[in-house]
Parts: sequence; C-alpha cells; structure tokens
Amino acid sequence: MVGKEESPSLDTILQVNELKAGFDIDGKVYHAVDNVSFDVKKKQILGVVGESGCGKSVMSMSIMQLLPKETGKVTGGEIVFEGKNIENYSINQMNTIRGNDISMIFQEPMTALNPVFTIGFQLQEILFNHQKISKKDAREKSIHLLRQVGISRPENIVDEYPHQLSGGMRQRVMIAIAIACQPKLLIADEPTTALDVTVQAQILDLLREIQSINNMAIILITHDLGVVAEMCDDVIVMYAGKIVERTNVDALFHNPKHPYTQLLLQSIPKLDEEEKELGSIDGLVPSLKDMPEVGCRFADRCPKRMPECTEITPLLGFVENGHEAACLLYENSYQTNGRNTYVK
Amino acid sequence: MLQYSLRRILGMIPLLFLTSIVVFSLAKFMPGDPFGGEIDPSNTNPEYIEEMREKLGYNDPIHIQYIRWVTNFVQGDFGHSTAHKIPVFDLIVDRLPNTIFLAIVSLIITYIFAFAMGMYSGRRPYTWGDNLIAGYNYVGLAIPSFVAGIIAIYFFSFQLGWFPFAGSVEVGLQPGTWDYYVSRMHHVLLPALILGLMGTASYTQFLRNDVIENSRKDFVRTARAKGTSESAIYNKHILRNSMIPLITFLGFDIATLIGGAVITETIFTYPGIGLLFLESVDRRDYAVLMTITMLLSFLTLLGNLIADLLYGIVDPRIRLG
Repeated sequence: MVGKEESPSLDTILQVNELKAGFDIDGKVYHAVDNVSFDVKKKQILGVVGESGCGKSVMSMSIMQLLPKETGKVTGGEIVFEGKNIENYSINQMNTIRGNDISMIFQEPMTALNPVFTIGFQLQEILFNHQKISKKDAREKSIHLLRQVGISRPENIVDEYPHQLSGGMRQRVMIAIAIACQPKLLIADEPTTALDVTVQAQILDLLREIQSINNMAIILITHDLGVVAEMCDDVIVMYAGKIVERTNVDALFHNPKHPYTQLLLQSIPKLDEEEKELGSIDGLVPSLKDMPEVGCRFADRCPKRMPECTEITPLLGFVENGHEAACLLYENSYQTNGRNTYVK
Repeated sequence: MLQYSLRRILGMIPLLFLTSIVVFSLAKFMPGDPFGGEIDPSNTNPEYIEEMREKLGYNDPIHIQYIRWVTNFVQGDFGHSTAHKIPVFDLIVDRLPNTIFLAIVSLIITYIFAFAMGMYSGRRPYTWGDNLIAGYNYVGLAIPSFVAGIIAIYFFSFQLGWFPFAGSVEVGLQPGTWDYYVSRMHHVLLPALILGLMGTASYTQFLRNDVIENSRKDFVRTARAKGTSESAIYNKHILRNSMIPLITFLGFDIATLIGGAVITETIFTYPGIGLLFLESVDRRDYAVLMTITMLLSFLTLLGNLIADLLYGIVDPRIRLG
C-alpha cells in the first residue's frame, strides 16, 4: 500500500489509509467509502460529520469488520491499529480486538441489546470474552460498571432484561459494555440520534467523563454539528463516501473551507439572527449506483461550481496549517500531496 | 404463573363443552349401529332389539342422551367399549403409555435432527449443504407416512431384519426386566423414526429461516462488536431467540403426536391410541371414539397452554401474571 511521507507519530492509535468499502450488488461493488484516509491520536475525540448515506457508518463498520457478511466488502486500503494492519485479520484475530481494544456503540439502543438475556449476562459476556475472571467477580464488576455509567440501583438492573429499561438507560448499558475492558478506542456511531434531547446531553456528558477517566480515543460519528461543537477535538466532514474537509473544531465553525461545510453550517439556526430563513442544500446525495466517476461529487449541488469541477477529481489538500479540504477552489486539491495520492 | 394456569384451565371448560357437542353429534350422525357387540347375535327378533334399544337408552330424545353421556363423562365414566367388552377407561389406560412412549421418542428424534440441520442451514444459507438439507426436507414432507412406513418395513424389517415390523414388545418377556425395556425400545424405534423424520422438515426450515432473520439483527452486531465468537453468537444469542417461535409447534405436536400417529401405528400395528382409534371407527365403537376425540381436544388445549407457559420462560418480554 501507499506509505505516508510523514511517519505516524507515536501517539497515533488508529490510521486509516485509502480505505475503500462498499456493497456488492449483483456482482458489482458500489463504494460507499471511497479512498478515505485519516488518523486518530490517543485520547483524541474525532468527529465524523455528514448527512445520511455519506458513508460514515460504513467506514466505522469497516474498521471493526462488522459490515454485513453477504454484501458488505472492504476492497482496498489499510486499517492500522497500534502499528498492525488489522484490515485482513481473520474473525478469530478480530475477536481479540473487538470489545477489548476497540469498542463500539450504536445508534439504536432499543434493538442493540439481545432481548432474551439479562443486562448482567450481556455485560459479563464481554468480560468472559477477554479476561480470565470468575463468575462472582464478573458480576461485581458489571454492577460496578453500571454504577459508573450512572445507572441507579445497579444491583437490580443487572438481573433485568433490556425491555424493562428506557432508551437512555439502554444506551448507558451499551456504554458500560463498550468500556468494560477499557478499550483504547471507542467508535460511537450516532450514539444520541435515537434519544430525547435531554437524554442526549446526559449521554454526551457521560461519554466525555469516561473518556477523560479511561484515557481512550473516540471516533464520534454524527450528523449533528451541535454534538461536534460540544465534544470533538478534530472533525472530518464526509460527503458521498469521501472526506471533503478535515480540521479542528474551531476552524470548522469559524472558517469552513469547503462549500459543503459552509452550507451545512448555514443550516444551523442561530439565536441572534431571528428573522433569516434557515439555509438548506438543494438536491440529494447522489445514490451509490450513479456516483460520478470523475469530478467533485458535490458539484451538482454546489453554489460555487466551476466548469472544471466535473472534470477533475479534487484531492484532500492543505488549505492552511492543519486544515485540509478537497475542493478545486484551493490549489492543493489539484495535485498529489502527502496525504492523498489518489489521481483519477 | 399458577394463577394464569388456573385461569387458562378454567377457560378450557366452555371450549371442551362445545367440542363435546360436536363430538357427540358426529357420533350420532355416523351410519351404522353399535349393537354388534351389545346384543345377542343369535337373537334377531325385532322385539328383542327394540327392548335392548330401550334398555340402552337409544330411544331417548337426543338431548337426554347427550346429558347422560356428559354427566357420566365428567364423573370419569367414559362408557363401555362394545368391541372390547371392557370399560373405555381401562382400554385407554392400557394403550396410552405405548403412544406416549412413541411420541416422546419421535419428538426427541425430530428435535435432534431439526436443530442440527436448522442451525447448520441457518448459519450457512444458500450453500451446498443448505440446499441438500432443504432438498431432503421437501422430499420428506412430500412422502406420505404410509409410503415411508411401508418402505421402511420392507427394507429394515424384511430385507435387513434390523427391526421388528409389528407390536410394541416381544411376546413372553416379563415386564420390568432389562430385556423387556430393550425390546420395547427396539420396537418403537422404526415407527418413531418415520414419525420423527416426517416432522423434521417444517421444524428445520422454520428454524433455518428464523436463524437467518435473527442473524441480521442489531444485537448480533453488538455481540460481534464485543468479540463474541461466531459459534457463541449462533448457539447462544441467535438460538435462544429462534427457539421462541418453535414453541408454537411444540404445543401442536403434543396433540398431533398422540392422535396423528394413527397411520403410523396402523402400519406398524403398534398398539397405541392411534390404532385403537382406527379400529373403533371400523367397529362403530362410539364410546371409545368419543373418548379419544375428547382426549385429543383436551390435549390440544393443554398443548397450547404448555406452549404459552413455555413462552413466558424462554422470552422474558412475555410476563404471565
């Protein structure tokens, strides 16, 4: 695979290089994630933003090899976790990492837990998977974990079933499961989308609190820019399977470079500008089956479109120090650079 | 749960009452007379027959006859078999253990094969092995049990001599001895295999489809994300969920296996309830016929109750109060 010019620094925990993943439909692979490269540093909270269908979930599933077996496919790229390429790991090798080094929580807490097993069983299972621990200790530890995620009377909850808990409590249980083995990286795939707004805030607070105690890195996948502003250090903006912008949170909100990001930010209501109509982006994300081969994938909906936008595929290039965008408005998007060597 | 069970059992009473009307009416509508066994065959004097009719109560209005039957039935007097000359109760007590034994052995066979094949197919759908199992199941479902039974008797009993072809135990063995039980097992195995393997098809395909459906559920993804091995995912997480709909089958099976073994028991001349039922139809043995029908109705209701209680055990979302 293509090496990076700068060697990954010691505190890089996960490195994704030119990942291509998608779905096999009637023998043809349609890429939901197309040449995505980024890395996550220790203790960092990386936000991944994008609208529905932009490939953010597929990307996170690819890291854990959790794409649906029949149709999901990773067709290229590397996923380097702590210096080892785990992209081609077997299921057994993956199982030593899943839940132990990398954990994941999902969007839908109502269905993510197995309805016929107790909370305690589902919590202890991850402990038994990765640790030599007695039944009694596992039970005590699961009660302790439930208390840690803010569940009251954990001694009772441990023997209850998922249907007896509310959505917010189930998501807390999911978090308890995810942090049970103190993973180094937590992938949170829209952890608050299905929850009430008040519960959302509690869950985000909990995540941040646990992150600072356990010193883990988080990839926070969301379509909610408010969540990003509140939680993240760095942000990746994805559009139609590609990264269009990458920077830190401050720069993203104060100085967005890519037209898509700019429009996204305009669609957030602002308290001080009452009368203005809320911005929206016309059109839809192109479907997987008719993704343009060449050119910028946002061109159709872009207000700043230029003739070359449909002829040259923009690359993710530096616009400023620490701020990258893939847009032909910026000269670094025209040529090969250290971060992205993909040329059509 | 006890309260729930009691309520359900009380709820059976009106249903059984309705069933009894149907059963009684059907028996009355059946052509022919049960007199063959009740009157002296050498005496064909019409006056004598009329006298016997009167004595046996066949000239009473139909509702009186019905009430008499029900009253006796509820008190545990199931009537007298005209063919066997013994109380129906004794007759059934004599035959029922054979049928229950056959039912249990065939149910075990069904479960072993269905769970093994269903889990295999569900885990590897659309593979060579899955198609083979599906093919076997459709053939098994399509062959009527009397054909399969006859073929099995021909090969395994007559050609190979592995199994006996009739009866439930070898004549002359003392009950309670080791040889006696071995012989019973030996006799039950072939009919149980026929009955059991016939039942496997629907169980297997149902389990397979449910496993496939459950393997796409979110909780499976969660289990994978926890680092749970694939075999634990299938044998614990998915199986436990896929067992729930199968319990419905178990409820039906309890009655079907007691009554539905009619054909198999007849072919193997296995002295159980099924064979008795068929003989009674032949001989117009109303009392036996009605008792067996009532027994089967009761077992159907009981089977459903057992299934409902099992749901509550297997699926914590169903709380029986």
